[in-house]
Amino acid sequence: MANVAVAVAEVVLEVADLCTDFAVGRQTIRVVDRVSFSLRRGQTTAIVGESGSGKTVTALSLLQLIEPPGRISGGTIRYRGRDLRPLDETAMQQVRGARIGMVFQDPLSSLNPSLRIGTQIAETLLAHERISSAEAERRAVELLVRVGVPDAAARARDYPHHFSGGMRQRVLIAMAIACNPEIIIADEPTTALDVTVQAKILRLLHDLQQAMGASLLMITHDLGVVAALADEVVVMYAGRVVERADVDRLFHAPLHPYTRALLDCAIGLDDDRSTPLTPIPGAPPDLRRRPAGCQFAPRCPVAIAKCHRLDPPLLPMNPGQDVACFVAQGDADG
Amino acid sequence: MLRSYLGKRLAAILPVLFGVSVIIFLLMHLAPGDVTTVLLGPQATEQDRVALRHTLGLDQPLPVQYGRWLERTAEGDFGTSIATSLPVTALILPRFVNTIILTVASLFLAVLIGYSAGLFAALRARSWFDRSMMTVTLIFGSTPPFWLGLLLVLLFALKLQWLPVSGMIDMAGDGGVLDTLHHLVLPAVTTALAPAAIIARMVRSSILESLGRPHVLVARAKGLRRRDLLRRHVVLNALPPIMTITGLQLGYLLGGALFSEVVFAWPGLGSLLYSSITARDMPVVQAATLLIALTFVLVNILVDLVNVLIDPRLQES
Amino acid sequence: MVTTSLSEPAAEPNAEAIAAELGTVDAPVIATRRWRLAAFTRDRAALVASIFLLIVCAAAVLAPWISPYDPNVASGQLRFAPPLTPGHILGTDEQGRDMLSRLLWGGRISLLVGLVPVALASAAGLVLGLVAGYAGGIIDQLIMRTLDVLFAFPMVLLAIAIAGVLTPGISTEIIAIAVVLIPYVGRLARTATLGVVAMPFIEAARAAGASRTALLARYITPNVLPPLLVYATTLIGLMIVVGSGLSFLGLGVQPPTADWGSMVSEGREVLATAPFVTLLPGLVIVVVSLAFNFIGDGLRDALDPRSARR
Repeated sequence: MANVAVAVAEVVLEVADLCTDFAVGRQTIRVVDRVSFSLRRGQTTAIVGESGSGKTVTALSLLQLIEPPGRISGGTIRYRGRDLRPLDETAMQQVRGARIGMVFQDPLSSLNPSLRIGTQIAETLLAHERISSAEAERRAVELLVRVGVPDAAARARDYPHHFSGGMRQRVLIAMAIACNPEIIIADEPTTALDVTVQAKILRLLHDLQQAMGASLLMITHDLGVVAALADEVVVMYAGRVVERADVDRLFHAPLHPYTRALLDCAIGLDDDRSTPLTPIPGAPPDLRRRPAGCQFAPRCPVAIAKCHRLDPPLLPMNPGQDVACFVAQGDADG
Repeated sequence: MLRSYLGKRLAAILPVLFGVSVIIFLLMHLAPGDVTTVLLGPQATEQDRVALRHTLGLDQPLPVQYGRWLERTAEGDFGTSIATSLPVTALILPRFVNTIILTVASLFLAVLIGYSAGLFAALRARSWFDRSMMTVTLIFGSTPPFWLGLLLVLLFALKLQWLPVSGMIDMAGDGGVLDTLHHLVLPAVTTALAPAAIIARMVRSSILESLGRPHVLVARAKGLRRRDLLRRHVVLNALPPIMTITGLQLGYLLGGALFSEVVFAWPGLGSLLYSSITARDMPVVQAATLLIALTFVLVNILVDLVNVLIDPRLQES
Repeated sequence: MVTTSLSEPAAEPNAEAIAAELGTVDAPVIATRRWRLAAFTRDRAALVASIFLLIVCAAAVLAPWISPYDPNVASGQLRFAPPLTPGHILGTDEQGRDMLSRLLWGGRISLLVGLVPVALASAAGLVLGLVAGYAGGIIDQLIMRTLDVLFAFPMVLLAIAIAGVLTPGISTEIIAIAVVLIPYVGRLARTATLGVVAMPFIEAARAAGASRTALLARYITPNVLPPLLVYATTLIGLMIVVGSGLSFLGLGVQPPTADWGSMVSEGREVLATAPFVTLLPGLVIVVVSLAFNFIGDGLRDALDPRSARR
């Protein structure tokens, strides 16, 4: 529904060569490896990948919420042209919640059980705006109304355990949008919810984003969500971006074998594709023992010798489509 | 809602209190030796003994004796001290106040030391400070309070002569509150150190556990300042287990206070209990034990109540 | 991110704290869990503590043969001989009795008072906890409410009251300590039992037709034992302190026989002139109790890998 190509929209966030490492014992494993993508004003970018592909760590890295033993080890995160990476914790606090809001995966454990709902929303406002706590509480109720919590004034005084999963996710969204951020990061916002609730939450996120003119970064493993919401898609595998494309192109003309395999797994998404459900053989690499070359090569049906030796660079192939695959890039002289 | 919870909680302790009274009553009847011998001396005739037993109601069946005893106790009449011939209530109340002074001071110290040490250790988990703090707490937790007391006496009273060896006030005269405080330092520190160590370990683990909860990450993503984050999303949530252990430590404090009272001749309930045990003054032993158990039970209810205020989910479980 | 389980802290030197902590550990053990002896021996503190305790126990057991003097008889004219005096390596006390001999003989009693009550209370607590946790319903209620009554007394005070009211002596001391420990062990055993009973393999065994006795003996008990053992180990350390306290008050073993606690008490009189008479036995209590705590720690880490991260 949102895949209208607005090529001219301004870039709000530009991530380049982002690397995040985790120390495990004496070893350092790279969970996010040279990830680059950008968010455009008012548009939705989806990061897709299996669990363990580094999607969530990427999202947390953007807000610098990585704690030891994890560490952002390289790259730039430019918000309106200014790199966020050199900012210290205090400066980042003014970005988090105010400029970039984040909605988390598990609404059940994401709210503090000891604080009233209204208080938790008001907290975001109080952290960033010079307002009285009474004013903050009043606006918290408005926000609850806005995210569709019925009887908001009364519910604001309730504790999280009185809320259903879907309602809690609405509260989390209210918290994320409280300060009208320009960017909303949603990390698998519907994974923990009932199927019937999922669609409502996605619709809410989309509507809010449209109304606010914000950019939405949607982290998901669900291609259905991608098809419904995204303008641009970033496909991640083993911590690396393997393909980046406009949503139409990605679904109709995927270039990377991994993207194709993912689409094959999601049956019935597209009418003119009659390929049966085929699971991808093999398993993602153990990040502690990454294979040389393309990370997908060991599972890839079309891999050539070169794929096992060299990292394919992410290169533009078509307008609005980049891919990191030697085969797709037509480089058959392995 | 809170009132009904309190009601339920109070109703639940009635059987406990009944059990406590039965145990204390039976304990005294298990005591070897004949009360009449204690009261009348070994030369008394058998006739006198029988007469006294009858007067005291000791010839009645146990349940009847228990009923009478309970009735009197409920009215605040704990009988007469065998050793001093004073009413037990009059004997025990000032002692109880002194013990409260010592216990509150120790609890204050234990909480102050335990909470700050635990919090700093948790926020610097695995650091040099954390490791040494955990070793120190383990050592203090293994130190007998009476020995620690003697150690402190040796160091601060005998060698350095900074603080008095014993008592609650100077013999020379009334030195007022300052004098009492002066006398309070060593017993309070003696009583407080082991509980402080245990509280520190518990605070550390609760804070660490709390730090790892998902809602803390969410709160960070909201852009909260570190101070607010710690106070509202980490410490607040770590409080229930910390409060519970603090309440339980009161039991340990009351026990430890007994040793301090004995070592420092602090005129409290513990030293009274000890001297009454030595003198086989059973009415006083009974009353002291009952009073301590009652205090302990009430404090733990108070702790539960505070915890329900902090984490409303607890009320419904 | 900090990922520390609730079972993280090292063993608490306090029954309430340990019980509170072990009680919150969700599923206590899995049926297939093996003794990780290797993990235990890798824990250097626990290993050193074990070796140390072995030596202490051996010395106490062998006291009649290795002790240089009679512990209760003054040896010669020397009173208050300081430590390192030739012939009295740890000195002599106010009656001229050899400190080393008294510490060795005293250890027999102090260790006994640490070990026996914990063993008795563990056995009783295990049975009560198993029955309460497995039977549930009114039996559970009855057992737990009875234990609640004992919980109403601060542990040390109840022990003092029991030991004080009965005829003082070592058996009284042991009984007193055992009685006050039962509720703690019982509650832990019940929590552990509930955790095990809720596990799928119990349902499977029941479905396979295992009798109630077989279920309890072959499936539940073996899984309740490990956390109980960890708890008991730390309790021994704590009870050596508690027992020494009772002895200090004169409610334990009677003079002239001494254990570490009553040695501290005797030394009190001469604290100003000969502090080592008080300091030595107290130091021994601290170190031995600490050693049991370290072993308890090591055992728990070996049994529960989650807590082993340090």
